[in-house]
Amino acid sequence: MAKVLMKGNEAIGEAAIRAGCLNYFAYPITPQSEVAEYLAKRMPEVNGVFLQGESEVAVGYMIFGAAACGERVMTTSSSPGISLMSEAISYIAGARCPAVFVNIVRGGPGLGGILPSQGDYFQATKGGGHGDYHLLVMAPDGVQEAVEMTMLAFPLAEKYRGPVMIMGDGLIGQMMEPVEFPDNLYVPPTNKDEWATTGMDRRGSTTKNIVKSLYLDPKVLNQNNLTLKAQYEQMKREEIRFEAYNTDGDYQLLIVSYGTMSRVCKTAIDNLKAEGVEIGMIRPKTLFPFPEKAIHDAAVKESCKKVVSIEMSMGQMVEDVERSLKGRREVTWFGQCGGDIYTPEEVMEHVMSLLNCKSEGK
Amino acid sequence: MAFKHIIDAQRCKGCGLCVNVCPKKVLEISDKVSPKGYFPAFQARAEDCIHCTLCCVMCPDVAITIIELDGSASSQSRETAITDMEGK
Amino acid sequence: MGKTFSRPEALSDAHTHYCPGCTHGIAHRLVAEVIDELGIRGRTVGIAPVGCAVMAYNYFSCDFQEAAHGRAPAMATGMKRVRPDLMVFTYQGDGDLASIGMGEIVHAANRGEKFTTIFINNAIYGMTGGQMAPTTMPGQRATTAPTGRNVEETGMPIRMCELLSSLATPGYIARQALLSPKYINKAKKAILKAFEYQVAHRCFSFVELISTCPTNWGMTPLNALKWAEDTLIPYYPLGEFKKPE
Repeated sequence: MAKVLMKGNEAIGEAAIRAGCLNYFAYPITPQSEVAEYLAKRMPEVNGVFLQGESEVAVGYMIFGAAACGERVMTTSSSPGISLMSEAISYIAGARCPAVFVNIVRGGPGLGGILPSQGDYFQATKGGGHGDYHLLVMAPDGVQEAVEMTMLAFPLAEKYRGPVMIMGDGLIGQMMEPVEFPDNLYVPPTNKDEWATTGMDRRGSTTKNIVKSLYLDPKVLNQNNLTLKAQYEQMKREEIRFEAYNTDGDYQLLIVSYGTMSRVCKTAIDNLKAEGVEIGMIRPKTLFPFPEKAIHDAAVKESCKKVVSIEMSMGQMVEDVERSLKGRREVTWFGQCGGDIYTPEEVMEHVMSLLNCKSEGK
Repeated sequence: MAFKHIIDAQRCKGCGLCVNVCPKKVLEISDKVSPKGYFPAFQARAEDCIHCTLCCVMCPDVAITIIELDGSASSQSRETAITDMEGK
Repeated sequence: MGKTFSRPEALSDAHTHYCPGCTHGIAHRLVAEVIDELGIRGRTVGIAPVGCAVMAYNYFSCDFQEAAHGRAPAMATGMKRVRPDLMVFTYQGDGDLASIGMGEIVHAANRGEKFTTIFINNAIYGMTGGQMAPTTMPGQRATTAPTGRNVEETGMPIRMCELLSSLATPGYIARQALLSPKYINKAKKAILKAFEYQVAHRCFSFVELISTCPTNWGMTPLNALKWAEDTLIPYYPLGEFKKPE
């Protein structure tokens, strides 16, 4: 298959179509408006549905309505827009409908900035919306992975009957990379007759389907939550994805980093390797479920003395890393917000300072 | 053509809308409380009922049914499916 | 002389939780009768609001979705766009539609989304216990306007039919009432027309129904009907405000 040079935002739009999602509702927000602009032209070509809604609030519920009647559907937005959609995400989770949300993360909090950031980690993995639910969250490190994860998101959303989020960032949205759309990632939609409001005629049934999340009886509401929890436990067993980078040898320090930031770290690791310093990295590809065991096992290697979480935030994933380490190693955070991304040299300098602190103590 | 007017006392909330709207003043509110705690409407002067369905149209609870009595099984079963306050 | 009358098929036999004399039950029945008459029950999906009618899905015998407060028109938009063959209706109260959902209904109407909205205007918030609504009348008491609605502070009540009719996009916009059989028959005609436009994929359709809330108005069901006729109808005139032709 020939590779095409595509901007990340456009590639994500195309990936949805290749995954059999022909329904897209969205609201413009920098740095992801190009997805809507691309699909405004592309969806009519494939007889798909494109609609620019009046706000992210409305778009979140257009997604819910379409998902609840059994169709594959996606929206893209960026941090403040995801905040607005968070109520809808909670409803969609509670009502157990599959849907795909893409967050091209920008600086926050508030209006923040339009440059890349990783400041929505808490929002995506710990809440955002109210109630006991989780999103399955995947974090690509570039345009190709964004394509593959977007295509994967649809069958995963259907497998678990819930919302799935792709956590990109402004860099992935804007940059252009060669990309291909693997045919083998297309999975046909599941049969949703059991629960979706597809219309009784289409199901050949006289039994109505109700899509709702209201359960006033406490026992029934608890049961709904137990059902959701069982999905998340299954996700933890079956859907953890991560990359181990340079972890075969005896590395002195373990970096945990994801998304765009991890690519800078890889360059730093390669440069340090050339200087004779071994650094390993675990790159979570799913932020929920989090690769706790992989991080723990990589951190407790005898050669590994320190762990650092490198994020474009004020330290969010670091809390999950600390939890994963179960006290066996200490973890520190290294990061900045605002949109400036550390250079490999800055990462190397910080890593060396962490190691030198250690060796000064000898 | 004969009709039968049936008020389902289990559904009736005694709101009185039907009593007010009946052109022949057939309906009244009963003084016997229903299992749900309401005082349902009933036909005090059933013989005056002209089966105009104004009470049915006004009833928010679809508590009033008017069926055709043709001696067929279906109308009889509809009749017995609904109990009124008099047990008829 | 005489007619039969029975529950429409599109209405389930569940006993409603609505207060005695609440006109929700009448509105539900009229919508169900129209669904039966048009033969569309097998491809109808209703969308329940947040409000007294939050459990409307228990009272109809067709597919139903439950929306967040005010968002039913957005959900209806999503559904109609991806499944234009489905007959979609939203059923909303005055808080749901005219307060938190104002943006969604205006934009759905303006885009000409081809679903039907049934708007229950009873000039108060019912489910949450009687707070002021955008449609509450000047001087009318509510729990959040204990001395009566002060228009200096809160403005005048919103007339949704007039507001939506000002949009240039074609649509069917009508207001009727549920206060007596005479009004109810006209209401049914309007609801039938609204759904017929949807069956023909013609336009957005909207039927506002002047309704009562005896409990939160502090009146008997019969007095509530009278108050609505005397006070609401003059401010919210009945009729057709816009037709697509």
